[in-house]
Amino acid sequence: MAAIKIIVQNLSLQYSDGTESLRDINLDIPANNITVLFGPAGGGKSSLLRCLNRLNDLTEVQTITGKILLDGENILDPKTDVIALRRRVGMVFARPVVLPMSIRQNLTYGLELAGEKHKSKLEEAVERSLKLAALWEEVKDRLEEAAVALSGGQQQRLCLARVLANQPEVILLDEPTSGLDPISTGKVEAALQELKKNYTIILVPHSVQQAARTADFAAFFLQGELVEAAEGKEIFTHPKEKRTEDYVEGRFG
Amino acid sequence: MDKSPNWRETFVTAIVKTCGYSAVVFVILIFFFLLRQGLPALFEVKLGDLFTTRWYPIENHFGILPLLTGSLVVTVGAMLIAIPFGIGTAVFLAEIAPRWMREILKPLVELLGGIPSVVLGFLGILLLSPFLRVFLNLPTGLTALAGALLLGAIAIPTTVSIAEDALDSVPQGYREGALALGATKWQTIWRVTLPAARSGVLTALMLGVGRTIGETMAVMMVTGNAPVMAIKLTSILSPVRTMTATIAAEMGEVANGSTHYHVLFLIGLILFLISLAVNITASSVIFKSRKRAERVLS
Ligand SMILES: Nc1ncnc2c1ncn2[C@@H]1O[C@H](COP(=O)(O)OP(=O)(O)OP(=O)(O)O)[C@@H](O)[C@H]1O
Ligand SMILES: [Mg+2]
Repeated sequence: MAAIKIIVQNLSLQYSDGTESLRDINLDIPANNITVLFGPAGGGKSSLLRCLNRLNDLTEVQTITGKILLDGENILDPKTDVIALRRRVGMVFARPVVLPMSIRQNLTYGLELAGEKHKSKLEEAVERSLKLAALWEEVKDRLEEAAVALSGGQQQRLCLARVLANQPEVILLDEPTSGLDPISTGKVEAALQELKKNYTIILVPHSVQQAARTADFAAFFLQGELVEAAEGKEIFTHPKEKRTEDYVEGRFG
Repeated sequence: MDKSPNWRETFVTAIVKTCGYSAVVFVILIFFFLLRQGLPALFEVKLGDLFTTRWYPIENHFGILPLLTGSLVVTVGAMLIAIPFGIGTAVFLAEIAPRWMREILKPLVELLGGIPSVVLGFLGILLLSPFLRVFLNLPTGLTALAGALLLGAIAIPTTVSIAEDALDSVPQGYREGALALGATKWQTIWRVTLPAARSGVLTALMLGVGRTIGETMAVMMVTGNAPVMAIKLTSILSPVRTMTATIAAEMGEVANGSTHYHVLFLIGLILFLISLAVNITASSVIFKSRKRAERVLS
């Protein structure tokens, strides 16, 4: 059993319009593994991810109770340094959002914000993160071009590289391949398998198939409730709960 | 039977086309009218005399430099006020103010834009210029500064309203993307949101500038209207006279077809060319960045 990186304890979240999107969630997330959060739309997967890097601070949240321990520290504590937290917990979104800058600047932006000035360090981070995201070969000769000129699949890998350049500890991915073709999807998934050696990865997949392909651990969310969490091999072959089984076998959702 | 929709199509297309072309035709007609009335001035007054510093039409001194510099000082002053305030207010409304506050403030700002400039000029005479006179200890408060402040106030609502719309339409994903990388709110606004809204913000500034160049009533009321050269830094604290104010004040009393009359039209022509240049610059800048924006959204 791998070391536990994140512990979610009794987490409940209610948006200000009254929607209760998470109800009493308890979940352990192991380090150096891919943990998959899956389930039908509106289950609360994105909501949970956005709690893990406090991006929910932007949305109108009414109440949030419980704890999220990252290496033993409660990140929901109001005293948490949110900026530092977001550098430790990077996030890749469903729709690639490249920033309105060049490819290179997209990658160095996070580091520059953190105060990194050494050219050689930035240079090295650009190359290292692009290689990790399996994008280096495609863009190494056009780093100064506007990032928006890349294809959708390339943009998504650039977003992944941008997060990697920050050298986070945890990477959150919210349906990162939902807009990609099968080949690009394959590249992203392969990159994730490589990355999990050094990072803790939490992925919301865009299909049950992807969930089954990538999961070391998996948690099934249904209408704000965590129904079942187990090892990937377990949950997709012998789910304990009837509701999980129905979903995995495609009987609802 | 099946011919009638076709006929209707043709008819509607013709009407729409006429409307479109007539706008262009009117601009061209106005331009030729200005040329016809203004160009004779170049033959009646020597070019050397035109670009002198003495505007005293009664004795046939038609030096337009004081008017040019007067307009320049007031317009530049107004831009220095309107650009930072306009963008600042737009950023505050779009990015910082809570929603309820924004829903109150934005209509108010737009209402401010609807106040006739004569009314603002009135306030300028009654409140602003006495205040400037006492506060800065000047012989008169009717100065270029008063004009610049007033014009700034006139340009701000236009600028704020359009710039706020542009910032508001930046997809939320951009902000979240930057924040998720560990950017602060200000870093996000400065490096991501504003650049992403660049074309809209530039449009806002250009339209604001356009309003200041063409504005007549308010400046005429508060700038003191003395046709003196405004080239020193202290000129901002002395009376000036702008090109628009000169036309408005003198057109009513010149003899039709006289040299004075032609020179006034020449000034009008110069104004026309200046605002044409501003518009062309604006739309070329906007066109360039729009192409970029389209790629982002595709
Ligand atoms: N900003 C918000 N304000 C109010 N309610 C929200 C907000 N974001 C999400 N919700 C609600 O919270 C619930 C959970 O949404 P969430 O986005 O976490 O689901 P999800 O599991 O990610 O679904 P999907 O697979 O469609 O992405 C939904 O009922 C949704 O309507
Ligand atoms: Mg989601």
